[in-house]
Amino acid sequence: MNPARQPSTAPGSPGALAFDPQTIRAQFPMLGATMNGKPLVYLDNAATTQRPRAVIDSVVEHWSSSNGPVSRGVHALGSLATEKYESARTAAAALLNAEPETIVFTKGVTDGLNLVARSFGDELLGEGDEVVVTELEHHSNFLPWRQACLRRGAVLRVAPITDTGELDMDALRAMVNERTRIVAVTHVSNVLGTVVPVSEIVSIARGVGAAVVVDGAQAPGHLPVDVQRLGCDFYATSAHKMFGPAGVGTLFMAPQWVDRLEPAQFGGGMVELASAEESTWITGPHRFEAGTPNTEGAVGLAAAVAFLGSFDRAAARAHEHALRDAIVAGLGEIPKARVYGPADGAPIVSIGLEGVHAHDLATVLDAEGVAVRAGHMCCQPLMRRLGVPALTRASIAPYNTHAEVEALLGAVRRAGQLFA
Amino acid sequence: MLESLYQQILLDHSRHPCHHGRPERFDAEAEGHNPICGDKVRVFVTLNDDGIEEVRFEGAGCAISQASASMMTNALSGLSIEEATAVRAAFLDLVAAAEPDKTSGERVNEELRSMAEVRRFPARVKCATLAWHALARALGEALKGSGGPPSGAVGGEKTG
Repeated sequence: MNPARQPSTAPGSPGALAFDPQTIRAQFPMLGATMNGKPLVYLDNAATTQRPRAVIDSVVEHWSSSNGPVSRGVHALGSLATEKYESARTAAAALLNAEPETIVFTKGVTDGLNLVARSFGDELLGEGDEVVVTELEHHSNFLPWRQACLRRGAVLRVAPITDTGELDMDALRAMVNERTRIVAVTHVSNVLGTVVPVSEIVSIARGVGAAVVVDGAQAPGHLPVDVQRLGCDFYATSAHKMFGPAGVGTLFMAPQWVDRLEPAQFGGGMVELASAEESTWITGPHRFEAGTPNTEGAVGLAAAVAFLGSFDRAAARAHEHALRDAIVAGLGEIPKARVYGPADGAPIVSIGLEGVHAHDLATVLDAEGVAVRAGHMCCQPLMRRLGVPALTRASIAPYNTHAEVEALLGAVRRAGQLFA
Repeated sequence: MLESLYQQILLDHSRHPCHHGRPERFDAEAEGHNPICGDKVRVFVTLNDDGIEEVRFEGAGCAISQASASMMTNALSGLSIEEATAVRAAFLDLVAAAEPDKTSGERVNEELRSMAEVRRFPARVKCATLAWHALARALGEALKGSGGPPSGAVGGEKTG
């Protein structure tokens, strides 16, 4: 038996965390909603997760008792707000096993990856240098590199996937050469659920002195992430994909880069000396945080990290995978239904139903209260590789249930009948 | 609600679209692209002395975008430019306006009227209007090429 599937709390281990989907579920006010007259079945978690009461309350609590200007002025409330903001950085760092001094607050993954492409990419890339991305990449880890290459006269190369949706490591290895400066990869595919072997890619890149940038949008909500163990140079996250607020995320920068990189944005809070003749930037992550920061976002992000630490995550993962397996098995019995992606990936299932367009399928599901994503999912290169215009995606969180899987499967069957 | 959106007539049109495929001769073409789902529709307009000889389309997409394009080609082929413009305005009003005019339903044919339910699915309105926006651009091109209202002798280099 898979050890991860065993009961979540070892008997007699005091203080051990438990996991029960219903207990988790009860903490999410949004999940009690009805949509189109049916109970909401929320399976669009890879787009954005719902927020638990603790995250909602943390933002309200901050606005009610500690809102003030961060890192500016001398009054007590400013200090209180600064303390909250910086302790959120510490919490966000702990989630990735990073030092707080290596964590930059961003607007989210897109912002973080654009920051790296602009600051690091422009500095590092020259004529004829190469950037390697993969066919799995979301547009946010594809377009910033394409644009950086265009600006710098560098070459963008796209590492292929195999027919089962895994990264083709042999092809990637062959593609990385002495001209490669950056390898930019997703940790978990937002379409196929593929978990990319980041450590292996890091060692390939190290062999030629290239840096590794990781899109972590889909990972920390499902997997334990340890950036030191991964060994990557940059790792970007979004809070709203792991139960926190939208508009905030983090960018981990390996220590050697934090004080070296030129910021991409300039303004208040990042400057040491400013004059027309000479200006210098402070060191540390604040160097990349020009302007008044999203303090309530950071506070909510810290509450989301605390939420992730409040239950047995290995048991939650086993639950998510059991739901994924149930979806895959159920779809296997529905005529003309097809699942895309590897069997052992993260709990993200992309569905094709022959003869039914993804948007029509999603509309039928929506009428049953089942919220899924349909479209190219910001992965047009991947859709071309898969040979489909669009797919319908069900993505799972720990609060989802087997009853919801049944609702999904029932709605897919209904769509098949409607369009038969 | 779902059955009133996906009526049999819509499903029939999406499976067996009318006026489908690139014509040998046309006066203008335009593409409609929905970046959200990747649907693409290309609309071809052929004019004659009286107005629109034929509207055709090609492309792939959801049932709503395909059916809407197919019904559009049926409704507009053979109309004058003025009539076609009026039908287009009435259809867009019917499926997309916040408060549609009460007479819009009467100003389109029965097939098009069957799509009125789309307005209750805000995320799908763009699917229904995709071909119609492309048509407006194609018509604009065709008329520009002809130097004004339909003359028939237009668009040499785009033909075929």
